[in-house]
Formats: sequence, C-alpha cells, structure tokens
Amino acid sequence: MLEYLSIIITAIFVNNIVFAQFLGICPFMGVSRRLTSATGMGMAVTFVMAIATCVTWILQNYVLVPAGLEFMQTIVFILVIATLVQMLEIILKKITPALYQALGVFLPLITTNCAVLGVAIIVVRNGMGLTQSIVYAVATAIGFTLALWIFAGIREQLELTDVPRPMRGVPIALICAGLLAMAFMGFSGILIK
Amino acid sequence: MNKLRIIYNGLVTENPTFVLLLGMCPTLGTTSSAFNGMGMGLATMGVLICSNMAISAIKRLIPSKVRIPCYIVVIATFVTVLQMFMQAYLPSLYATLGIFIPLIVVNCILLGRAEAFASRHTVIDSMFDGIGIGFGFTIALTMLGTVREFLGTGSIFNYGIYPETYGSLVFILAPGAFIALGLMIALFNRIRQKHTDHA
Repeated sequence: MLEYLSIIITAIFVNNIVFAQFLGICPFMGVSRRLTSATGMGMAVTFVMAIATCVTWILQNYVLVPAGLEFMQTIVFILVIATLVQMLEIILKKITPALYQALGVFLPLITTNCAVLGVAIIVVRNGMGLTQSIVYAVATAIGFTLALWIFAGIREQLELTDVPRPMRGVPIALICAGLLAMAFMGFSGILIK
Repeated sequence: MNKLRIIYNGLVTENPTFVLLLGMCPTLGTTSSAFNGMGMGLATMGVLICSNMAISAIKRLIPSKVRIPCYIVVIATFVTVLQMFMQAYLPSLYATLGIFIPLIVVNCILLGRAEAFASRHTVIDSMFDGIGIGFGFTIALTMLGTVREFLGTGSIFNYGIYPETYGSLVFILAPGAFIALGLMIALFNRIRQKHTDHA
C-alpha cells in the first residue's frame, strides 16, 4: 500500500509532469485560460492516459518483447494512442452524450499530447508492473490537472493586469509557470518509506 | 518558389519556437546546456527534412480522410530510424536526451509542417522548408541552451567563462527553463514590434 502511496505523491507533487518533467506543455499553455476548460481537459487526459498506459503496457510485454520487436515501440504506441482516442470519441458519443459534450472538444487534441505517449514510454523504461503503471498514469494525470487548475486560476487574474506589450500572452504566462515550478520544487525532499 | 525565401521564412517569419510557439516540451526539457539543445534541434531537423520529403512525395496517394494517421506513421518511422542511429553512433547524447527522442513523434512542428506545407508543395520545396524550420528550431534551442548554461554554470559549450560557484543553479533546473524561454520570447516580440513600428 505504502508503495502505491509513494508513487502517487511522487507523480503528483515531487515529479509533477508539467513542472518537473516538461511534458504536456502545449495543452498546458493552450487550454489554461478558463477554469472550466482546464477541468474538462484534465478529465479527458486522466481517462485516456489510464487506458492508453494499460493497453500499451500489455502490448509491450505480451506482444513486442516476446516477438523481439522492441524497436517498433514508438510506432506501435503512437498508433495505439491515436486509435484509442478515436474509439473513445465514438464510444462516448454513443453511450454517454453528456460526458461527450464535456470532453468531446479535448479528445482530438490528446493524440498529440506528449504526456500520454511520454507516460506510456516512462512506464516501460522504468520496468513497472501493470498495477503500478496504471496507478502511476492516473496519479500523473491528476498532477497534470492540478497544474492546469492552478495555472488557469492565475491566468484569469493575469488578464486583468497591465503587462508590458512584448510580455503579453505567452511570455508572462511562461514566467508565471517558472515561478510555480519553483514552488513545486519545495516538494522535492518528500520521500515515503 | 524562391528557396532562400522558404529558409528565411522558417528561420525568422515563422520561427517555430519564438513565433509559432510549437514544440515547447523539448524546447524546455532538453536545453539545460547549449550542446544538448543543439543536439535535440539537429535530431528534430533530420526527422523533419525526411518526413517533409516523404510526405510531399506520397501526397497524391493518401486519401484526405486518413491523412493525419498516415503522416503520424511516416514521422514515427523516421523517428525510429533516428533512435537506432543515435543508439549506435551517439549513445551518450541519446542517454541525455532520453525520453524526448521518441517524443519527437508528437512534436507539433512535424505534423504542423506536414499538414501546412509538405502536403501542398513539391519535394524540393518541402526539403527546403524542413531545412528552414529545422534550422530555426535548432538555433532557438541552442540560444536557450546557451543562456541557461551561461547563467547556470558560467560556461558556454563547456567552455568556462566565469567560475561555476557564481552561477545560479535555478537556470539549469526546471523553473529557469520557463523563465528564460519567457524572457527570450518577450525579447523576440520586442524586436519584431520595433521592426513593424518603423515600417
């Protein structure tokens, strides 16, 4: 149990996917203007990341490794993620139109979210087991959502401030993200044993 | 189309890092030193040139409905080739860049150029577009790497300028990456605005 708790705390705070590992910056900058869209994106990413990590882990360990095709990893993983996102979109549309309404716009963007492919590859590189991998994926996605939330709150306030012209938009947002990353560095001593 | 114009377009007018703001993850993640930034830039440039040419060559064979998956497969193939090449000939750089090499697949620059340029232009023009955009990306990454390495450790390309103890470690770590990139984009905006104000 403690082992999973350690994975969760590490993935959310200590090694936050955005602030410490630099993955998923594009959606982080793109959809963090409003709190509501940040929530939607966070939920969609959590959903896809958990399923994609599960499927790619099984493929890696039961198909690619026995067949000696590890070098095909990148191609197979990205195809699986792209297909999965498409399938999810169709299934959600049929089964729960309400959830589709909430997540629909964000789903196509997730294929090129490097955090999803990144987590699938990190899990394989670190030699994690299946349960560990899924826990890690969900915790990472929660960390991503947390980062998105905090940042959306800050950006809503930023729009009201008088920023020098060349700094408007992305530059000031990046500097705020840097300060947030500095705050997240405070977690870096936490170790659960 | 004028070849020089295409390259200039990639370097300045549509610089992927400073103007289009694409490919932020490798830009922030691999620029802890000038050498790493340059390595990542060149790796991306290699894949971009190959994928641009391949996609431009087969553009008539791809049905428009499934073009995005096709582009992704082409890009992923070249990334795999690059991975094997780097593992064989540049193992230390491959280890430093780590996960960001397979992640070139999801770099928006590649898919963006395939969709916006290679699918509409000739093979040769696409190659020059790849060189221009790739070079713009490499220069941006090298500049960011140089700034961070200089402020963080007091050296440029491992060549010491001032003693390392005076460097501020934060620029090598995560927060410095965000802040340095933010300031550099602001500087680029300032220069461009001055340019347009005069014109």
